[in-house]
Amino acid sequence: MSFDQNAFLIILTASIISISCGLLGVFMMLRKMSMTGDAISHAVLPGIVIGFFVSGSQRGLEVIIGAGLLGILATLIINWLKNKAKVQLDASIGITFTLLFAVGIILINMLAYKVDLDQECVLYGEIAYLPIDLWITKAGFSMGPRITYLAVLNLVLVSIFIFLLYKELTLTSFDENFGLVIGLPAGAINLALMSMVSYTTVSSFEAVGAILVVALLVVPPATAFLWTKKLTSLIKLTCTLGIFIAIAGYYMAYLVDSSIAGMMVAVAGVVFLGSALVKSIKPNLLFGTSTSIEPLEN
Amino acid sequence: MSDFVYFFTFQDASIAFVVIGITLLGIGSAYVGTYSFLDKKALLGDAISHAVLPGICLGFMLAGEKNPIYIVTGAFLSGALATFLTSWLKSNTRLSDDAIIASILSIFFGFGVVLLTVIQKSGNPEMAGLNQFIFGNAIAILEEDLYIYGGLAVLIIITLSAFRKEFSMLVFNADFGKSIGYPMGAIRLIFNVLMILAVVIGIQAIGVVLMAALLIAPGAAARFWTDKLGKLLLIAGAFSAVSGIMGTFVSFVIPQMPTGPWVVVFLSLFAFISFLFAPKKGVLSRFIARRYYLKKTNQDHILKAIFHGTEKGQSSFPIEEIYQSFPYKKRETKQTIDDLIKSNLLTNNQGFIDFTTKGKSEAKRIVRLHRLWELYLNEYMNIAPDHVHDSAEKLEHILTPELEALLENRLNFPKLDPHQETIPRDNDEL
Repeated sequence: MSFDQNAFLIILTASIISISCGLLGVFMMLRKMSMTGDAISHAVLPGIVIGFFVSGSQRGLEVIIGAGLLGILATLIINWLKNKAKVQLDASIGITFTLLFAVGIILINMLAYKVDLDQECVLYGEIAYLPIDLWITKAGFSMGPRITYLAVLNLVLVSIFIFLLYKELTLTSFDENFGLVIGLPAGAINLALMSMVSYTTVSSFEAVGAILVVALLVVPPATAFLWTKKLTSLIKLTCTLGIFIAIAGYYMAYLVDSSIAGMMVAVAGVVFLGSALVKSIKPNLLFGTSTSIEPLEN
Repeated sequence: MSDFVYFFTFQDASIAFVVIGITLLGIGSAYVGTYSFLDKKALLGDAISHAVLPGICLGFMLAGEKNPIYIVTGAFLSGALATFLTSWLKSNTRLSDDAIIASILSIFFGFGVVLLTVIQKSGNPEMAGLNQFIFGNAIAILEEDLYIYGGLAVLIIITLSAFRKEFSMLVFNADFGKSIGYPMGAIRLIFNVLMILAVVIGIQAIGVVLMAALLIAPGAAARFWTDKLGKLLLIAGAFSAVSGIMGTFVSFVIPQMPTGPWVVVFLSLFAFISFLFAPKKGVLSRFIARRYYLKKTNQDHILKAIFHGTEKGQSSFPIEEIYQSFPYKKRETKQTIDDLIKSNLLTNNQGFIDFTTKGKSEAKRIVRLHRLWELYLNEYMNIAPDHVHDSAEKLEHILTPELEALLENRLNFPKLDPHQETIPRDNDEL
């Protein structure tokens, strides 16, 4: 197979996006907040639509600000429902994200002629069109695909965030109360992580769609978690999986002519279920008195 | 307005069908959702509703058109597979619940998207109908669809009502049910089947992404209004049916609007109104109750302070002295004293505070409750006299006249508390 520049660009971008998502997803999973990640990725939709409407283009900073605000708002609503209104956590998540997503869809329909954004783009993303969507400078010089730049910027920011706050994130993920006792602002760290997740969702949403971002946030860390117990190897394995998913997903999608983002998730799903099958806790038939292993808390 | 009349007088038979359909499926999914909400498994519904997408697509591919039987069967099978995988992963890996649900949800949805794009590229003209499953379009419910979806909804409602005892046992105390010999495994299986069915019939009107709301929100909202399961189901059903009809009306008036989002918006509106304004459990009424309790405690403390002074033989109480006995709370204390004067328990005579007759008997009542409770703890619970004060400090605000009478009887109208202080009564001369 000859070197195909477009394929390379798509795989590169997809790998970068899945690595950024995976890095954040590891901490989300350790905090047992995977569903909050799901909620945020649905909830940023109205922010994206309003941002599009205000800025008039997809490139505006308003889009990222709008989505970031909505992501934080969703986290705050979930916390408010849980702590102040005493709604149980799963129901507060369910109500918050469905409401915000519904508002987003309604806005898209109301502004259908003013906003270049349709429901399909929200769902599947358009990574296949990435090589056409170029970043052209004012001088008319083409700098290459715009989404790739966004993805690289996102990865850099996520890496800096995790590098700087690695100790704090780890500590509050495993033992929030201890973190609070030694004086870490656990609430602020949590909110910062949620903002990073919202920002990553927005930045990746054009490429892979709002819902499949969830898969990239959740599935690679969950798969890696089945294989290792150490945080550093968990992170490394998650990144490796991200790259593998991007490559395999692209070629599988090429084979059956389907959505690349969808196929990436399908590949991730196969790897996840296969790992679960291999690493599942098998009943110990030889030693009759053994007890079943309790799931780890963290 | 004419739209409104046209819609709600059901001149158009198809509108009547749609309204009947959405009411039935709303009630059905609200019933199932309420049980799963009580079981604290609300998000499983979210996972199932995303997971039916590949089944819908496969059903469509096999039938080659939008055939409700193929689609319902396909959706049901893939929902069942997702439910099975969720419980299998839970018992066979060390992943936490939320990671499992989020993974299953996104994997199935991703697979569904792959199939959807494959169908899209195949150029089947019926494809347009398939997109409706993602965001829902109740207006598109046809008469022949109604028999299937409506029939399934009725089946769900009847099963849940007929086996209410078994299902409530499942969600409230499954171990108890098992110990008295009920087949809890089979009951859970039937419940899961009903839940998948509810999702399957809901997606036509609401869409896969938002179906979770129809399962979660009615139960969560209704929970704020009642503690009885029967009423809970009725209220949840009503919320769901009304929002369903309102959402359908909006998408009837504005043709390009999908139904699902509007149903969800109305449903969330009901939910947030319930969270905020429901009597007893709502945020507002709990806030008011708390304010009232704090006000009463403050008043009780001031009355008590003055009464203790009277006991020690002090005859006049300058207002400044009262402020000083509650340091750093001058403004609050002043407000409380004003309230007490307003409710005719204290008088303010040129800066000197004194009881009214009513105030004195109220102060005696509080001190009496305090000391009765101390004595009770000491005599009946064998707690040392120096350990009883804190508990009495809390209960003096709460004990009711009935409890007071019981305590008096039980302790045989005592004269002294464990600290040898007099228990004041209304006919004392103090």
